[in-house]
Amino acid sequence: MTTTTPPIATAPVPLTGAEAARVSDVKKVRRAFSSPIASLLVVILTVLWTVPTFGLLVTSLRTKADANSNGWWTFLAHPHVTLANYNSILFSNSFGGGGGLFPYMVNSLAICIPATLIPIAIASMAAYVLAWVRFKGSDFIFFVIFALQVVPLQMSLVPLLQLYSGGAHIGSFTILPKLHIAGTYTAIWLSHTMFSLPLAVFLLHNFMSQLPSSVIEAARVDGAGPMRIFRSVVLPLATPAIASFGIFQFIWVWNDLLVALTFGGGSPKVQPLTARLSQLTGSLGSKWELLTAGGFISIVIPMIVFFALQRYFVRGLLAGSVKG
Amino acid sequence: MASTLSDSLSKLFGVIEAVGGFVAIVLIIFFVAGRATGRLQRPLTVLVCLGPALVLLLIGLVVPAIRTMYLSFLNSDSKKVIGFRNFWWVFTDPNNRGVLIRTGEWLIIAPLFATGFGLLVAVLVDRMKHQSIPKSLIFLPTAISFVGASIIWKFIYTTRASGQQQIGLLSAVVIKLGWSHPPNWLLSIPLNTFLLMVIMIWIQTGFAMVVLAAALKGIPDEILEAARMDGAGGFKLFRSVQIPMIRGTLIVVITTIMIATLKVFDIVRTVTGGNFNTQVLSNKMYSETFVNFETGRGSALAVVLFLAVMPLVAYNVLQMKRERATR
Repeated sequence: MTTTTPPIATAPVPLTGAEAARVSDVKKVRRAFSSPIASLLVVILTVLWTVPTFGLLVTSLRTKADANSNGWWTFLAHPHVTLANYNSILFSNSFGGGGGLFPYMVNSLAICIPATLIPIAIASMAAYVLAWVRFKGSDFIFFVIFALQVVPLQMSLVPLLQLYSGGAHIGSFTILPKLHIAGTYTAIWLSHTMFSLPLAVFLLHNFMSQLPSSVIEAARVDGAGPMRIFRSVVLPLATPAIASFGIFQFIWVWNDLLVALTFGGGSPKVQPLTARLSQLTGSLGSKWELLTAGGFISIVIPMIVFFALQRYFVRGLLAGSVKG
Repeated sequence: MASTLSDSLSKLFGVIEAVGGFVAIVLIIFFVAGRATGRLQRPLTVLVCLGPALVLLLIGLVVPAIRTMYLSFLNSDSKKVIGFRNFWWVFTDPNNRGVLIRTGEWLIIAPLFATGFGLLVAVLVDRMKHQSIPKSLIFLPTAISFVGASIIWKFIYTTRASGQQQIGLLSAVVIKLGWSHPPNWLLSIPLNTFLLMVIMIWIQTGFAMVVLAAALKGIPDEILEAARMDGAGGFKLFRSVQIPMIRGTLIVVITTIMIATLKVFDIVRTVTGGNFNTQVLSNKMYSETFVNFETGRGSALAVVLFLAVMPLVAYNVLQMKRERATR
């Protein structure tokens, strides 16, 4: 796949007459198969795929009475916009003791930022060594990391949780003492970091190993040590791949429910938006004007990232789609 | 309000502290390792750079995976070895039979429909002028969390007692179409499982479309031109030229969505909580482990999930490696 290829900026080359004719001919080939029916079908599918999110947004902007008395599609006939739902879902304290969503949004951010930055740092160091500071067995280690992608994170949940809350022992011999981090941010950061490493190392290694060796040789000749080469040559050149992975990881962590639910221990102090919303879907039941506002809050950040950085996101997604 | 704010600030400050601490440690190690000269330099670099990743992978994936396999042979409080009894339970318990069959249904239906719709859009859009708007809009759900998508669709499926104004889109539409007393969608077995699959299909179609559209773009124009000279029309071109040429990508897309589908957890948990005969493997594993505290059974379910996912991921990952090699 083209997932780790750096974006190659191709300057528009002026076409000769014959070439231009050929290009337009080819375009005609593709167009020759388009038809009004095909376009209509695309429009229908696009509308079908957009209406659900649109309905969510519209409902979140309606008054409680409106939202409960008729469908959101009637809004277009009698538009009456309010932001009250957002105010109450974010800050009100009337939801079964858990408070509004605002603190959970802060939790989501507090989880996402380190859970994106730490894997980037650790994985890029490892990928660099495996690609450029080769030693006996480095290929084998890369293969093992690469192969670890087949282990679903569900296999790790119970043992990791036991480790966080009770330490590791063989018989009465203690290998690792109690870490006392169950139900803290640290547990969630660590877990996300561990689960992301196989993919991250794989991606970044693929990218870094394709950097031209002449550049690294030149730095070596200039007397730069392996650490120096990493910091001032490889890292800057690998930025596009790091960005792709970073965006993918950020959205993945932001949208994650399972890891946060397991290692956050259901504590409101660390629970992210997704966990709280999943809970509220049960308890708020029919208060759709609030639930839709909450839902929209949770999807707005990925949506911004998505529209702003779509190209990087696609690249990360293509490569990371086996993750989980 | 004020306390919420100061609370949030102190949380974010804690995060900045943690990240700062992490960066400081990395920098110190870098500085120390950079000081080293001569023969020590390379081994030190390897240790410093590769060490953390290896330790984390060992603690986070390798050891836990082995331990989960071990736990799956123990009873609920992990005190006694009970052989294959947990696996026996997974495959013979009447409740579980439903769960396994349902997971199988998910595994076949969701990927096929998502890939089918994705392919349809990719092919149609490939022949259109303004591609980016429909592509972006259909792709958008991919960025939305499963929880967010679940809320979106649960709202569509809400049903009110007949006679009242319906606020759920699905009920309103079928009433318009002449079905005057639609059922309570999420309670109607077995329809509800398929309604949950719709959410997955809605999310994954965009992914399938983007990957397949890229593959279709990769078909050389000369081939399409030649096919047209030979008289291939719209559908014929699609069936006998475009499909065979993107077969490899098509399989990767299907297996990828299959992997995601096998692990589907958030949708079932948020919309129905696994009630009303909608339970699937991944959510069952979570409930068994963290709600019923049946660690042995939960671990056995995790192992089953692992064994089911493994061939799919292995296929994909190898495919990815092969494509890189030939590029």
